Amino acid sequence: MGALKEDESQILQSGQGEGFFTTKFSDLLAWSQKYSLFMYPFVTACCGMEFMAVSSPRYDFSRFGSEAPRFSPRQSDLLWVVGTIVQRQAPILRRIYEQMAEPKWVLAFGTCASCGGFYDNYACVAGLDKIIPCDIYVPGCPPRPEAVLDGLLLLQDKIARRDHTPAIVKPRSDPREDQSLGLVQLKRSRPSTPAV
Amino acid sequence: MAKALVDLIKQKFPADVLETHSQRGDETVVVYAARWKDVARFLRDEPRADMSMLTDLTAVDFPDRSPRFEVVAHFYSLAKGHRLRLKARVGDSDGGNAEIETLSDLWASANWAERECWDMFGVRFAGHPDLRRILLYPEFEGHPLRKDYPAERIQPLVPYREVPDTDKIPPFRSDEGMSFGRQTHAQRPSDDDDLN
Repeated sequence: MGALKEDESQILQSGQGEGFFTTKFSDLLAWSQKYSLFMYPFVTACCGMEFMAVSSPRYDFSRFGSEAPRFSPRQSDLLWVVGTIVQRQAPILRRIYEQMAEPKWVLAFGTCASCGGFYDNYACVAGLDKIIPCDIYVPGCPPRPEAVLDGLLLLQDKIARRDHTPAIVKPRSDPREDQSLGLVQLKRSRPSTPAV
Repeated sequence: MAKALVDLIKQKFPADVLETHSQRGDETVVVYAARWKDVARFLRDEPRADMSMLTDLTAVDFPDRSPRFEVVAHFYSLAKGHRLRLKARVGDSDGGNAEIETLSDLWASANWAERECWDMFGVRFAGHPDLRRILLYPEFEGHPLRKDYPAERIQPLVPYREVPDTDKIPPFRSDEGMSFGRQTHAQRPSDDDDLN
């Protein structure tokens, strides 16, 4: 605040006039980018079922501004690689990545996309980062929707920081063992049937 | 029920049946490769056999045997509801000279099954109309389900990225993930400490 000129600090202190805040333009741009991630779903395998679960109303990642799927790479910002990548698909995946306009981000959904998983054989690519750079790795076979949302929020943090360092969603502890949450496992009770 | 079929083949081709066995209702007939197509045609045209459907056709690699490959065909009769397995042994011990007559003009389903068999095992089917690879790409060298194909040999279509040293956290700690897989990611103990 010491760097402000005298008349500016007077305006701030007086609290009069229209409301405003100061920021850098790049921060404002990153803020808007992180809440408008048009996605390109590159869905190749069983993780696609979990991808549908995350996009459907119960988990609903459109809450985080990642709603609109664009099946044209030129209109999309975030490439979701969902499932196993085989060697035969690798040129297609790289071409789609190259067709996407900057700025662009890549999310590896599940173990196969992250590192190949147990498909350690002649046919499969051991992780999409052998082909294209990746921003977020979400482990799991398939990942829980919570882990995917965690990955999406982690990606938004990275976009806000304008950071492209590859990151990973860390495996979480079992919530039942986390004492601080204070969760109690409920016994399922059978509703009593009225006598006929 | 299908034992009568075995007797039928023995009766019709007394000099060409190499061996037969039956276990838990599954009948198998091994014939000489030279008569492979004749036996198959007999099974299709003989009214008592009436094998209208070729369920599957594949091969097995026995690297220690002298006719190295065993070509296996599974037949099913839609009208009579019985099954039969027919085998023939081809190929030198070095994998060459593995050739057998095609069944694709008798059953249309043999077309793709024989292409897959060629793709995976390198068994040629003489007279096949279009013997190309069906699952792998044309640039692929060798036949991956042969026992002498190296387990770790991959043939990428796009060159893998050269990533000098990113600050990527490895996907799994050494005590996490799938312990039965080969460890393709170099273990960096310093990164292990960062993951709690």
